[in-house]
Amino acid sequence: MTIDGFTAIYLFTLAAFAGYEVISRVPVILHTPLMSGSNFIHGIVLIGAVIALGHATTASEIIIGFIAVLLATGNAVGGYVVTVRMLEMFKSKNNDNK
Amino acid sequence: MREIIIQVAYFAAAILFILGLKRMSSPKTATSGVEWAGIGMLIAVLVTFFFPGMHNFLLIIVAIFLGTVAAWIAAKKVAMTAMPEMIAMYNGMGGGAAAAIAAIELSKFIIDPNIHHMSAATFSLAITGALIGSISFSGSILAFFKLRDWLKNIYFPMQQVINLSVLAIALVLGAILLFWHSTLILVLFFIASLAYGVLMTMSIGGADMPVVISLYNAFTGLAVACEGFVLNNISMIIAGTLVGSAGTLLTLLMAKAMNRSLSNVLFTRFGGSSGGTEVTGTTKSMEVEDAAMMLNYVTRVVFVPGYGMAVAQAQQKVWELASLLLEKGVDVKFAIHPVAGRMPGHMNVLLAEAGVPYDYILDMEDINNDFPTTDIVIVLGANDVVNPAARTDKASPIYGMPILNVDYAKQIFVIKRGKGKGYAGIENLLFFNDKCRMVYGDAKQVMTKMIQTLKEQE
Repeated sequence: MTIDGFTAIYLFTLAAFAGYEVISRVPVILHTPLMSGSNFIHGIVLIGAVIALGHATTASEIIIGFIAVLLATGNAVGGYVVTVRMLEMFKSKNNDNK
Repeated sequence: MREIIIQVAYFAAAILFILGLKRMSSPKTATSGVEWAGIGMLIAVLVTFFFPGMHNFLLIIVAIFLGTVAAWIAAKKVAMTAMPEMIAMYNGMGGGAAAAIAAIELSKFIIDPNIHHMSAATFSLAITGALIGSISFSGSILAFFKLRDWLKNIYFPMQQVINLSVLAIALVLGAILLFWHSTLILVLFFIASLAYGVLMTMSIGGADMPVVISLYNAFTGLAVACEGFVLNNISMIIAGTLVGSAGTLLTLLMAKAMNRSLSNVLFTRFGGSSGGTEVTGTTKSMEVEDAAMMLNYVTRVVFVPGYGMAVAQAQQKVWELASLLLEKGVDVKFAIHPVAGRMPGHMNVLLAEAGVPYDYILDMEDINNDFPTTDIVIVLGANDVVNPAARTDKASPIYGMPILNVDYAKQIFVIKRGKGKGYAGIENLLFFNDKCRMVYGDAKQVMTKMIQTLKEQE
């Protein structure tokens, strides 16, 4: 599936609106977890890295691709674990309250 | 058929990301939100293995395995107080990955433009992604070092001019690449981009750090979206743009909470030479035991935590002291300034970790009117966010920043490691207030001593 210029602009604009709407009514206490959560979401760069390494042929491409996958995995996994840990704290405390 | 399955999976992932982010923006559904996004990520990554024309599977799996193990252990082990720098680190890795993808795609194009064709628009997006991904990568790593206190702020003459020249060089090199396909230029372009990330972060003061980390988070999102266009990958475009716009908004909200514009944060030295009007007068210190004694005769106490509490890992002890006071029938509250600590909500996370219930924690707007009726305010390693100079001293760099009006309380204890200035590097008028007593020491040790003293009296 190829994306032509205008489809790309539509995609970009609509996704940008979605991001804006989702964030605009967030309580301050969730700012850090949310930053951490969105940090996890851009870990999707991992699929790009996998595709890049999967199509790499020369030695330098393979080396850079390997680094890309390594870094992207760190972003995705680290971002996920940190976010879950942070949110668990809010959860356990809520239960204490009840 | 394979193509359809891959596209359906990517579509599902994109929807899960949007819904996940939406759920993350409310405390009740936040945990399920990150799980939804996690499922989306897993689906998208798995299906990518079935992409046409893929090889190097062993290398991919090894890299994913190594990355997972390292990041998992680091993220599990890190103390809650070190969360901001971990976020900076993981964010930088994402930016680096986006830049690396750009490097591969661009070098393919440069070496043989006939086989790996790229339109001018795609090429520009690849360059843009490479530039902001590199800035986010090197900038975030420098932010990590600075938050760990391994590096201090560095200033040199003509800093902004030099910084902007480096950025201009990177942009020009990027533009040259469009017409002159040279590997050397490509390498120089990446060096200039990475250098700009370092330079840009170098001069930014600690109090502004959260804003910058959030900005780099948005940067990485945009870089990922750009490379998504290059690779024709809708999942990356949607997720990257989502983070780019959400991250930008979050950055602006943070800057607003500090009453500073983004350009102010990026290009103006915080504190520095113009330290505001000279302060005359003396500070009065007090022994821990004496301060603890006074807590026996109060009806209302407010704790104001800051980065000092995080550094000392004192949150548990603070809650222990607060619980002790609560048992005695004292009205105890925690006041959180929007930018206390190194990230908005940083203090909330730490207090949550210690088990402080929600209803004891109040935001600035909710508690500021209560200070005149408060007997004792205990400031724990917070500084600039309680400096009345923000209200009174027009010459002060923090003038106009909303602060916690702790100076209206009947008595203030400031618990502080030493006599140094706050993050903004300016004198705190509060410390010279007649009602203020300085209790010098590590926040955790001071709390422990106070608890002991109070218990001995029973």
